[in-house]
Amino acid sequence: MSPRQVEEIYRGHAEDPAYQGKHPEPRFFFSEEEEDELGGKKMVLNMGPQHPATHGTLRVLLALDGEKIAAADTEIGFLHTGFEKLAEHMSYHQWITLTDRMNYMSALNNNVGYALAVEELLGLVVPRRAQVLRVILCELSRIGDHVLCAGLQGMDMGAFSLMLWAFERREKLYDIMEAVTGARLTTSYTRIGGLFRDVPPDFAEMVKAFLKNFVPFLGEMEEMTVGNRIFEDRLRGTGKISGEDAMSWGWTGPILRASGVAYDVRKARPYSGYERYDFQVPTQTDGDSWARFIQRIDEMRQSAGIIEQALEDLPDGPVNIENKKVVLPDKTEVFDNIESLIHHFKLIMFGHGAATPRGADVYSATEAPNGELGFYIVSDGDMIPYRIRVRPPSLYNFAVFPRLVQGAMVSDAVAVLSSLNIIAGELDR
Amino acid sequence: MPKTLSGDEILQKLMARFPDKVTPKKSPGSTPAHPVIDREHVRPILSFLKSEPELAFNFLADVTAVDYLQLELPEIRERFLVVYQLYSLEHNHRFQVMARVPEGDPRLPSVCDIWASANCGEREAHDMFGIEFEGNPDLRRLLMPEDYPGFPIRKDYPLRGRGERDAFPQYRPGLGTGDIFPEDATGSWSEKANKGSLP
Repeated sequence: MSPRQVEEIYRGHAEDPAYQGKHPEPRFFFSEEEEDELGGKKMVLNMGPQHPATHGTLRVLLALDGEKIAAADTEIGFLHTGFEKLAEHMSYHQWITLTDRMNYMSALNNNVGYALAVEELLGLVVPRRAQVLRVILCELSRIGDHVLCAGLQGMDMGAFSLMLWAFERREKLYDIMEAVTGARLTTSYTRIGGLFRDVPPDFAEMVKAFLKNFVPFLGEMEEMTVGNRIFEDRLRGTGKISGEDAMSWGWTGPILRASGVAYDVRKARPYSGYERYDFQVPTQTDGDSWARFIQRIDEMRQSAGIIEQALEDLPDGPVNIENKKVVLPDKTEVFDNIESLIHHFKLIMFGHGAATPRGADVYSATEAPNGELGFYIVSDGDMIPYRIRVRPPSLYNFAVFPRLVQGAMVSDAVAVLSSLNIIAGELDR
Repeated sequence: MPKTLSGDEILQKLMARFPDKVTPKKSPGSTPAHPVIDREHVRPILSFLKSEPELAFNFLADVTAVDYLQLELPEIRERFLVVYQLYSLEHNHRFQVMARVPEGDPRLPSVCDIWASANCGEREAHDMFGIEFEGNPDLRRLLMPEDYPGFPIRKDYPLRGRGERDAFPQYRPGLGTGDIFPEDATGSWSEKANKGSLP
């Protein structure tokens, strides 16, 4: 097929004369004719795509029997950007910038997860300093994600000051991110084979100053919520799921551990030298929204511990590997040195970049704040990936949502949704 | 006693149990070999991997598909591969299984009843590649609109189909929205806004 023929076939569905612009019908798992207690049909309530409680663009349809949810259905894809398709037309280096935009709450974890997957494909090991810096920044990013989620959970339950406190801490964290990476949200900090640049000289002091105030803050957060009747009563018992069911539905991350399954990729299959640090994998037993809230606070304590240990043994040295056929040369070198200029051009120009093994495929999983973030890469020997598949934790965490809220009240749907920490950018990619 | 097996050991066990049904796909470089199977054997082999106590793959991490239209490899032979990422929480080992799906008849048995998590991965593979998973209770499109005519991550789909973005009805200040909102007797929302009759 010529490109012109292909365009004729796929001309975008809104241009198709047969397109009626209809909404898809929700699919509830009950009979539409069934009557509710008062003798009427079930009322269908639409929540989203623009709704303050969805924290993103996704649509939830609730079939109500009075105020009870008889069934629920979800519709996603409003933020579908085709990152996986775009990957087939960009070089391995260029796609780093798109990994930020998936989970924008913790972009560094996505950067590191992707860089590790490509390094596994190419058989590279980054220098020790780069590994330790990646661990520190991942954990800082994880803290930023968890603290925001806990704060937003407070906001949805009416504890607005919790959200303001969380945002204040996150702003301080973003100041560190800005000093290190040059950006607050879309960091794009890793490179294949290392990092974009070394951290500023006062990095350790900045992080220590942040942690000094942050660890007591977690205690304050608990003081405000634990034992608070309104907050606890709204979260306890909502969205309850057993560990076995959670595992069967593909849950990972803090919400799986809140159901009692101690699965953490950092512990089970360590990467980037996580095996060198002494940390626990906290778990809860209840598996409800409250357990997920407490679980995130416990995990932030562990992350703070990891950062402290990693700062202690932060070695000196380069942050990039030596192989100039893979890693981009320093920008100042490019302007002054003909050899670096050639390397730069070779890596940037299509058809010349880093050679990958033909027909190889790699699945690499890391622990992102929401759970297991996997990158599956198929290479065809070119500098452009043949296919990249992202295993987004949010997609699998969200799939079971209709079952979680079945039989609950409408207000519980909000409590459950905010406890799952669904990031719509990652859900739809 | 949990024992972590390497990918090669698991592959040996699988080939001993299902001789002549499993083709190992050797990867260049340091990546391990993965089994490629035909679609008739998907359910027996995956149920075996879950139920065998030494393997006990109780967690399906991901289901996805790859379109091999532009990359010819001897083990693959068909256009699509459906890729299953398995993990065992008990033994802490990972494994990858790939199933061939022909182009003319893209059907494959679903594994939703073995692992519930297969549902959304299968829905996305159905949405993006047009593969029919037989037995999936909820096989709707996941990300694209329900009436969309193409399968975007297939290799013969262009990066940007004509009119993909700019042909959608758009809101233009002062000009109205086209036909997003049906006009009622008292005039459309945008007309009201232009006349200043809205608060």
